[in-house]
Amino acid sequence: MKWVRFFRRKRSDAELQNEIENFLSEETADNEARGMSPDEARRQARIKLGNAQKVRESLWTQNSPLLLPHVIRDLKYAFRTLSRTPGFTIIAVTVMALCIGAATSLFTVVRSVLLRPLPFRDPARLVMVYEHFRGGELSYHPVAPADFYDWRSKTHGFEEMAIMRPAGYNLTGVHNELPESVGAEAGSSNLFSLLGVQPALGRNFTEADDQRGSTVVMLTWSLFERRFAGDAKIVGARIHLDGKPYTVAGVLPSWFAYPDATIQLWVPYKADASPEMLQHHDWHGSQVVARLRPDVSLAGAIAQVGAVQYQNHLQYPHAPVAEGVVSRSLNEDLAGDVKQPLILMLSAAGCMLLIGCLNVANLLVARGAARQKEVAIRSALGAQRATLIREQMAESVLICAAGGGGGILLSLAATEWLARAWRDLPTAQSIHMDGAVMAFACALTFAAALMAGLLPALSTTGKSMRKALEISVRTGSSSVARTALRRLLLTAEIAITVVLLAAAGLLLKSFMQLRAANVGCVVDNTLTLQYNLPGNKYDTPEKQNAFHEALLARVRAMPGVRGAALGTTVPGTGYWGTDEFTVKEHPPLRAGEHLPDALTRWADPGYFRALGIPLVSGRFFASDERVDRSYKVIVSRQLAQQYFAGENPLGKHLHFPARAHDGAPNLLDWEIVGVVGDTLYQVGKEPKATAYFPILEGQSNATLAVHTATDPLQFSVPLQKQIASLDPELPVSAVLTINQIIGASLVNASLSATLVLAFAILSLILASVGLYGVLSYLTTQRTPEIGIRMALGAQQDQLLRWMLMDGLRPALFGLALGLVMSLAATRILQSMLFGVKPLDPVVLSGVVATLLAVAVLACLAPAWRASRLDPMKALRTE
Amino acid sequence: MPKETNPQNEMLKGTLDMMILRTLTGGDAHGHTIAKVIERTSEDVLEVEQGSLYPALHRLEDRKWVSSYWGASENNRKAKFYRLTAEGRKQLVRETSRWRQMTRAIGLVLGEERGAR
Repeated sequence: MKWVRFFRRKRSDAELQNEIENFLSEETADNEARGMSPDEARRQARIKLGNAQKVRESLWTQNSPLLLPHVIRDLKYAFRTLSRTPGFTIIAVTVMALCIGAATSLFTVVRSVLLRPLPFRDPARLVMVYEHFRGGELSYHPVAPADFYDWRSKTHGFEEMAIMRPAGYNLTGVHNELPESVGAEAGSSNLFSLLGVQPALGRNFTEADDQRGSTVVMLTWSLFERRFAGDAKIVGARIHLDGKPYTVAGVLPSWFAYPDATIQLWVPYKADASPEMLQHHDWHGSQVVARLRPDVSLAGAIAQVGAVQYQNHLQYPHAPVAEGVVSRSLNEDLAGDVKQPLILMLSAAGCMLLIGCLNVANLLVARGAARQKEVAIRSALGAQRATLIREQMAESVLICAAGGGGGILLSLAATEWLARAWRDLPTAQSIHMDGAVMAFACALTFAAALMAGLLPALSTTGKSMRKALEISVRTGSSSVARTALRRLLLTAEIAITVVLLAAAGLLLKSFMQLRAANVGCVVDNTLTLQYNLPGNKYDTPEKQNAFHEALLARVRAMPGVRGAALGTTVPGTGYWGTDEFTVKEHPPLRAGEHLPDALTRWADPGYFRALGIPLVSGRFFASDERVDRSYKVIVSRQLAQQYFAGENPLGKHLHFPARAHDGAPNLLDWEIVGVVGDTLYQVGKEPKATAYFPILEGQSNATLAVHTATDPLQFSVPLQKQIASLDPELPVSAVLTINQIIGASLVNASLSATLVLAFAILSLILASVGLYGVLSYLTTQRTPEIGIRMALGAQQDQLLRWMLMDGLRPALFGLALGLVMSLAATRILQSMLFGVKPLDPVVLSGVVATLLAVAVLACLAPAWRASRLDPMKALRTE
Repeated sequence: MPKETNPQNEMLKGTLDMMILRTLTGGDAHGHTIAKVIERTSEDVLEVEQGSLYPALHRLEDRKWVSSYWGASENNRKAKFYRLTAEGRKQLVRETSRWRQMTRAIGLVLGEERGAR
């Protein structure tokens, strides 16, 4: 109603004018009837009416919500004051834009990755279920299919449970298209319906498809568009995977990028799995996704599954069968390792925003000082405190609104950059700004304006007007309270800066440690590439070995090649698989004791020499240790020390029960023939016990690592040509130097360190600007006082020291407070650090030194200026 | 407006609305008539300020206690007439009874004071 009135006030005013006109004529007529002359009658009528303008005005104000025109006036006024000091305005707006932009960008990523529901049907009820070994090092352990089938058939807490595992295929063309190796997943037939995904074309997998030897495949939209030109005729047609024809059942919708975008196609779960694999409870390597029944609690459903799993564990006491299960939401599962650095960076951006607000508040307090007299006079004339506060708030609102607008633009660009620069961000949801993010940015802007504006506004308007007017009289001890407030703001600013600097320092040092980590083998000038021999063409170990050996011989003969190694997984490229083992010569493990496990790697006889991995004792593989004569194993020093303490591991036998499924059920004992130096499977992780098997036992997957004399990337084409000359249909993948692989695994560490460092440096600059501002202000305020002191004989260096200490005091307080806060804050960082303790003395002393140096520099200029004042001039100021 | 502060005809706050409504029970009227009627009936003790009459009329209209239309006055001039609505009638009853209670209470207080002396 009020608003209707507000918008109709023009009309209402016109009506009123008519009414007034009417009143005048009626009154004139009455007066004439009383016998007055027309002129007198009109004059008396006007006297009776009084001031017509005032009547109009009072109706006009009655129709206007009072606040609005005032607010508009305040904003106009603030705009004019701000444009009078463009330097201050630009600095303040830039600071706010940077801070709000950074916070908004990180919020966008956090929201997309951690908060937004997945694009699946009713995603809140989707969970991942993992096996859990009590006291094991991996808390979310992949699932064995045999366990999964038990869970599915014996428990009732879940509406549906589905299983999947990673796979990979060589996609070869039917009509001479280039071969490529594609990432794939094998999923049970109910997976897509469980997630609520309908194929965009064709049909879903059916129960009948999910059988051994099944040759149906579902394509992802990206593969369908890229490789098959988006031609719908591919549905029902055949494509060749590893040389075998597969029928395309359907195409998944374009938004479906699960578990991540590298997965190009899906096959049924059981298609490639041997019956033994499906029956063993220790063939870990699958993921289980389940949909909770609406009427069952997650804890209840998981407890049922856990009970079934414990039965399995009791049934196979000597096999690595987990005692229990754990679950986490699908969302959390996808966010995985990204969660912690994301939250860290969001907090860092938040700290920076806080510092930005404090800084703008600080600058506004200084401006408030200049307007003190004006405020005092106005309040003496009767201005209300609320009005004065509103007027001062208008400035900070304008600054923050401009900063917020700039920040949103900035974060549009920054978010895109962040999403690209950050590896392993889950891509199941696209990262972009939307209404909620905009609302967040607006709320942020509003909060910032409130914070930056309210504090100074309250402080300037709070005192009684007499006091305020007195201040302007010449006294040395001016506005003590205001200076105290500025010092307080500064102390907080510096404390937060210290926390940011400490975090950045730790991350940076950790990153340096990662860079400098010794992988344990040759990493420079080493090129790696992977290939996978298709099973139909290379169906016997002999054929596979023939290819491997022919390739090795050719590569080793190439000029410029210092060494070539053929293995499955070269150091520094990831965890890949482990197998549990027992030592045949040792007494059997007590019931309930955990089987030791080791990373499993395959290597050719020349592998260790080519990669510069030292032999500790024993020997390398011999070239005749192949196929059925291959039951030899080489262990890493770590394994020897961990499981053969005080004895000679050579000649002992390792028993790998899980390897039985690979086709040699009777010969499970592997004789240790050598011990080699440790290598890191991933930079940033502790070395782990490793067992190497001869690759010549017959392996289709292989990684070729070539150590070259010159730039290794120059060898990538010649190497691929060598492979093509042996088998033109064989695709190679992941042609990368080891340094590239290690570098890529460090990208995130480098990103977190760089971003947090950038935030910290920006905060440091802000804090030093604040410091400089406060001290300059103090110097100006104290000019007469300094003049008196100098006239009384104070020395220049004495004054310099005195002013310097005055400025440094908040810095020192802030430093101390910040160090205490860092103790708590960096503890949270601990799990992200490598080779650095949260209380690293080098980092902490570096932080202290940097901050002190910057603080001294910021204080020096005003302090020096104060000490060089001409006492006569100083006394005459005011 | 020098007469404004004359305490003789200063109107009690909130009573103007009530009197306008009361005046309109006699039939539709325009601003001038309303002012005149109030003044006459109060035997010229109360003088209606135009500065408060018109804002009051618009306020009453906003609250839907009166409605308005343009018509011709007794002298055949175009004038804005106000009419009491049903809601306005109820409001008048409420305000009148409150006013009566108030004046009675004040009368009691004054009477008690006299009696105590």
